[in-house]
Amino acid sequence: MMKWLFEPGLVASSPVAHAIFAGAAVALLSAVTGFFVLLRRQAFAGHALTDVATTGGAAASLWSLTPLLGFVVGAVTGASALSVAGDERVRERDVATGVILGIATGCSALFLYLTSTSTANTGVAQQVLFGSVFDVSTSTVALVVLISLALVTLTLAVARPLMVTSLVPAIAAARGERTRLLGWFFMLVMAATVALSALITGAVLSTALLVGPAASAQRLTARPPRAIALAALLGLFATTLGVILAYDSFYWRSSGTGLPVSFFIVIIIVAQYAVAGRMHRIRRSN
Amino acid sequence: MSDTVTPVLELRHVTLTFGERRVLDDVSFELRPGEFTGLIGSNGVGKTTLLRVLLGLQRPSSGEVHYADPAQNGSIGYVPQRIVIDADVPVRARDFVALGLPLPRWWSQRARRAHRDLVTEYLEAVGAAPFADQRIGELSGGELQRVLIAHALISRPALLVLDEPLSNLDPHSVQEIVQLLRRVAKDRSIAVLITAHEMNALLPVMDRVIYLTQGRAASGTTDEVIRADVLSALYGHHVDVLRLHGRVLVVAEPSADTDQLPSHETLDLDA
Repeated sequence: MMKWLFEPGLVASSPVAHAIFAGAAVALLSAVTGFFVLLRRQAFAGHALTDVATTGGAAASLWSLTPLLGFVVGAVTGASALSVAGDERVRERDVATGVILGIATGCSALFLYLTSTSTANTGVAQQVLFGSVFDVSTSTVALVVLISLALVTLTLAVARPLMVTSLVPAIAAARGERTRLLGWFFMLVMAATVALSALITGAVLSTALLVGPAASAQRLTARPPRAIALAALLGLFATTLGVILAYDSFYWRSSGTGLPVSFFIVIIIVAQYAVAGRMHRIRRSN
Repeated sequence: MSDTVTPVLELRHVTLTFGERRVLDDVSFELRPGEFTGLIGSNGVGKTTLLRVLLGLQRPSSGEVHYADPAQNGSIGYVPQRIVIDADVPVRARDFVALGLPLPRWWSQRARRAHRDLVTEYLEAVGAAPFADQRIGELSGGELQRVLIAHALISRPALLVLDEPLSNLDPHSVQEIVQLLRRVAKDRSIAVLITAHEMNALLPVMDRVIYLTQGRAASGTTDEVIRADVLSALYGHHVDVLRLHGRVLVVAEPSADTDQLPSHETLDLDA
């Protein structure tokens, strides 16, 4: 049974260890960020940021730069554009988000086409869109862990004013909180989360890690600290199991090629969400 | 209430213009500790704008907003109009009230217990204890109002400002909230300012009224302000003030523009 679950060499494999470490760091960051994304109703903005991160990753591939740099620059640029475009009314914000999303997707298509037709890197679309976590270097993993921990610390330091600002902005403004500054700060945290997550699940699917575990957790508990902790656990479970299954999948197929990590992570997240929803309904009916 | 009591807040000759439009015109009034003040006016006369001015969110074109304590304008308890919170937001009523307090020292069990007890005390004071552990997005309008009031009160403000807290509430909840605010004002010596487009629910409890129309305001006790001569001067044409079964009806002449009258008063007359 264990042999079926864990193929030989799993624990000793350096790419697997890298992937698990990076996945854990990003799962923790996504849990904290995702909690506030749902509180602020910014899931759509989060999705748009993943598309802008894709554009950054595609541009980085075209110019032979580190994908992480492209993801970060793309997502932060997108976050700045979203902050400037409008954040007061949900409808205006959604329209601005939709426009930016469209521009970003168009540019991604162009960059990916140029890269695949003008360079030898034919697998670029797969890498950018769906991730390549087994190719992450030791230095990149260290960077991902450091950035994740720093952002988690910073976000938790402003968690209380951020909660009031997210739930009832008018109360926070009347109390003298810098609501606009907090909004910009959070948009940048969301951009960084999406960019780091793009390394694990790929740019297109990083919304799943951002929103999925947090959405499952909020169905299971009504307490903010527990919701964040539970989202972190669910995210950690999804990324770790996803990495293990992706590693194992090399041995499932005669072609000797594995299945993408992002596929497994997203399937696990969706399953968690379905189970959490079922448990929530059972609890409410009792 | 004695006139010698220092006001918590004073507005002196405040005027606010947006382009050519004069939204507030030479508005002056004061709010005193322990007093319940109603800011009455029909929809669109500038009540929310006036609140933004006194909360420090909108700078007046001229005039002055004077706080008894200069550091106070950042600590006014505020309950805004119309709040929509998703039902599955993982925040209980008691969590939201606790957000009005600084975090306790996490390593001190005593401090954490005192923090928890204080939250419970305020939830009980506003009658929110029975639904303290429910998600705030699942609360009814009246229940949410109580939680927002507890959140505002727990930071011990000298002034509690509520923007249209009675709209969308059933008559029973309106009475409960009004009595609660009256009790809060007296027991905790807090100045309470509440905006409403219908004054009758507030008549039994208002110490003072600010009647706002067309950007101009008259303030004083209800007997001083809700009079035909004062309101006629304010509206710029003749209005009558009728008192019927303890209710006040402000009635314009048929030829007058009744758009600026508080809607409920004219509706009452038709009935």
